[in-house]
Amino acid sequence: MSSIIGPASYKLFGFFPTAILSFIVPVIGIGLFVYIMARRIAPLVRAAPDNRFDRIDLRIKNLLVIWLGQFRHPRYMLAGVLHIVIFAGFLILSIRSTSLVVIGLADGFVLPGFGGLLGSVYNFIKDYAATFVLVACIIAAIRRGIYKPNRYAVPEKLGKDHTAEAVFVLGIISTLMISESLFEASELAYAFQATGQTHFLAPLSLVWIFKGMLSSVSLEFLQGTHIFMYYVHDLSFFFFLCFLPMGKHFHVITSVFNVFFMRVQKGNIKPVQHGIKDEELDNLESFGVKRLEDFTWKHMLDFYSCADCGRCSDQCPANAVGRPLSPRFITIKARDLMFKNYPMSGEIYKSKLLVEDIFTEDEIWSCTTCGACEEECPLGIEYIDKIVDMRRGMVDEGMVPQSLQKPLKALEKRGNPYGKMEKKRADWANEKEFKAHHTIKDLGKDTADTLFFVDSITSYDDNIQEIARRTSIILERAGIDFGILGKDEKDSGNEVLRFGEEMLYQDLKAQNTEVILASGVKQVITADPHAYNALKNDYTGLPPVRHISQVVAEKIATGELTLKDCQDPDQVYVYHDPCYLGRHNGVYEDPRQALDAINGLTRVELEKSRDRSFCCGGGGLMLFYEPEEDTRMGVLRVNMAAEAGATVIVTACPFCLVNLQDAIKVAGKEGQIVALDFTELIEQHLI
Amino acid sequence: MEILVCVKRVPDTAENEFELNGAGNDLDRDDLVYSVNEWDNYAVEEAIQMVDNAGGSVTVITVGDDESEEVLRREMAMGANNGVLLADDAFEGSDGRGIAAILKAEIEKGSYDLILTGAQADEGAGQVGGMVAAMLDYPYASLVNKIDVIDDKNIKVGREIEGGNQEMNEIALPCVLSIQTGINEPRYVGIRGIRKVAKVEIPVKGVSDLGLDAGSVGDAGAKTRRVDYFVPDMGDGAEMLEGSTDEIIGKLIEKLKANGGL
Repeated sequence: MSSIIGPASYKLFGFFPTAILSFIVPVIGIGLFVYIMARRIAPLVRAAPDNRFDRIDLRIKNLLVIWLGQFRHPRYMLAGVLHIVIFAGFLILSIRSTSLVVIGLADGFVLPGFGGLLGSVYNFIKDYAATFVLVACIIAAIRRGIYKPNRYAVPEKLGKDHTAEAVFVLGIISTLMISESLFEASELAYAFQATGQTHFLAPLSLVWIFKGMLSSVSLEFLQGTHIFMYYVHDLSFFFFLCFLPMGKHFHVITSVFNVFFMRVQKGNIKPVQHGIKDEELDNLESFGVKRLEDFTWKHMLDFYSCADCGRCSDQCPANAVGRPLSPRFITIKARDLMFKNYPMSGEIYKSKLLVEDIFTEDEIWSCTTCGACEEECPLGIEYIDKIVDMRRGMVDEGMVPQSLQKPLKALEKRGNPYGKMEKKRADWANEKEFKAHHTIKDLGKDTADTLFFVDSITSYDDNIQEIARRTSIILERAGIDFGILGKDEKDSGNEVLRFGEEMLYQDLKAQNTEVILASGVKQVITADPHAYNALKNDYTGLPPVRHISQVVAEKIATGELTLKDCQDPDQVYVYHDPCYLGRHNGVYEDPRQALDAINGLTRVELEKSRDRSFCCGGGGLMLFYEPEEDTRMGVLRVNMAAEAGATVIVTACPFCLVNLQDAIKVAGKEGQIVALDFTELIEQHLI
Repeated sequence: MEILVCVKRVPDTAENEFELNGAGNDLDRDDLVYSVNEWDNYAVEEAIQMVDNAGGSVTVITVGDDESEEVLRREMAMGANNGVLLADDAFEGSDGRGIAAILKAEIEKGSYDLILTGAQADEGAGQVGGMVAAMLDYPYASLVNKIDVIDDKNIKVGREIEGGNQEMNEIALPCVLSIQTGINEPRYVGIRGIRKVAKVEIPVKGVSDLGLDAGSVGDAGAKTRRVDYFVPDMGDGAEMLEGSTDEIIGKLIEKLKANGGL
């Protein structure tokens, strides 16, 4: 015998051709896999429509950056790097695994193009790939099995721990790596012993190590190992393929699609039903997501794609304060329901109301729509649209907590959640001191280039009205010709939409759009990020909308606004990113630039800042909601600021200001730390 | 079970700032927004839940003008099956007894097992439910905060009494109950729900439809009359703190401190 016999020619016990196995295993494996996938696709076919074939350029970019580039992974460094290694290893080894299947039927098969230099280079790389994947698997298994990071924990009421599945899969992957390397090492060791032929091997790779270990064993043993390891690999490979769609490792298959189809626009909310125009909404029989099949196919694909990594819930402020919401389990519970209602065989079960079956009403109302979960998810899974869709369903069924019914009714009757009179909407401009020096144009009677959209809280809340006055002074000083809508302005409806009261939002939007367009302004400026978001991302056909921080940053840059030296240089300032300015609209730098333009101002950064900012408690209708929680989000946020060494928290959102001011009192930090609105700080420093 | 709920359109206390009119005999109603009397929402919710469990239908009626139709639609959007608007110029100026007489005339035309009203409405008299029961010669329970159906002849109703205790009474059907808030959590009615019932026919009935004598209701039949409407004079020892919220709080704290309250 001069060379080892491959699985395509080997005869087990001297008579049974193993090639038969090489044929049967893939046929059964692929057949089973196709069947499993067909069952898994069944619910997606019955799902609601979703338009995900637009903006192909951005989708390809996401595919390259988020899927192939694994860009979001290093946000959790150790887990992220381990994943990148395993992911890259899988991509590289997929070629080897494909050719291995054929090698079982044709000895010495090489993929077209892999015969020459490319093949040698590939072999070199794939040997390291397998090695690194094995090392990553071992570290990952130790991490999951022994160190058990908190974010993988499963609360008792939500079922059993998921560690076993995770470690089992790491075991399968390790088996694939070891068997592939032993298959190759045994062949090379055999060739060396039989003919003295040597091959260049990647030093310290698994194959290199195994070949060294096998250098002195018998040829029979090598022959046996070669065949045995081939089928260990073959069986593990097809077992793994069919096992993937059974749990969290489905993402190995679905991630490429999920990332391609992920959200490409920020800040907006999906329409009630794709393909239905606003004016056709009245014709819909039912609204929102009530049962499993009301989700869109992409949202179902999200459920399949979750890798259970827990990053969403780790970042979720609702989860952090002990509200009954953990985005991770929104997905896991829905995925388990899909598996249960669409089983691998037998009939498909009729689904029940989701909020009675797997979710609770409080769970769905607990979300502030801050977007931290979506920003983090390495697979592009969405939450806000799903939460809003489920709220639409609950609103349609009349399931709205009493605490939210009052402000919603007030919004319907008076256009603001407080039930205050429309004619008092501009009363903030009548404050004695302010009125003596400033006159605000009413665009109902007057004209101007710019609309200052005030929105409800800034119009009516005694404490927050100050933001309206300071904003006006800044605009005046920047030489901007502006006016307000006064009694004709209605709430922007940012939260009305996000709390699922679609038709009320449509009314508010229609009324605001009409008066804004009739006013003939060329731009809209607001100091409320929630209004900014709604007007910019949810409304259509309006002139450009900007937040006051963008205007200030621009006017400082052009020299139209100049600022004094810091009035209180002993304080340490920190900027808190409002969700609807930062994460949903990408305005991170403008407010910081404006602060840094104040000479002598000491500014520190929060650890959780920019796209990882921590929601202070939510705005709009969230101020009225009475959640079950252990502590307030604002309290956690104030503590973070205190840890960062700040004495002044500057924010650029009226709701953040309310939440943070309350939280300072609750946290017992009065006198140590204050919350200040961006407009107040800037106005104090205007020259 | 056939349930009838009497509802009323009232100025919404949450969304209005109340001021007296120039004549001083009523509220200034120019800028008011109206909604369903809060207690009535609980009564309608309870009726819907009972019908959901035991079958039957819910009818809502109101005595009012054309604008009162909106409250019927809102209750029908909640889930009431039928609505009847009792409107006639002759009804204007009715006192409590007049309203009860109008309601009674309509109730007699149907065959209802249970009549519900809110415990009280905007005027705070809480009188109509009891009068309707007396006129119909039906048993009556007021301030009901719990209903258990026993069978189609009897139900058990609860009432909270002094000190947070709860009493339960058995009452024979048909009967009249006035419903207290807190008996349930009324469901939300959105704009979409109201639009869905926007085209449902709501019959309007007047004096002749109900077989009433025009002289027995409205102004003509009223035996009680409102003679004054005013904000009470400040009594001795009452003081209004004025200024901005912060100033008011400051003054309040000072006063509490000065008098040993803090």
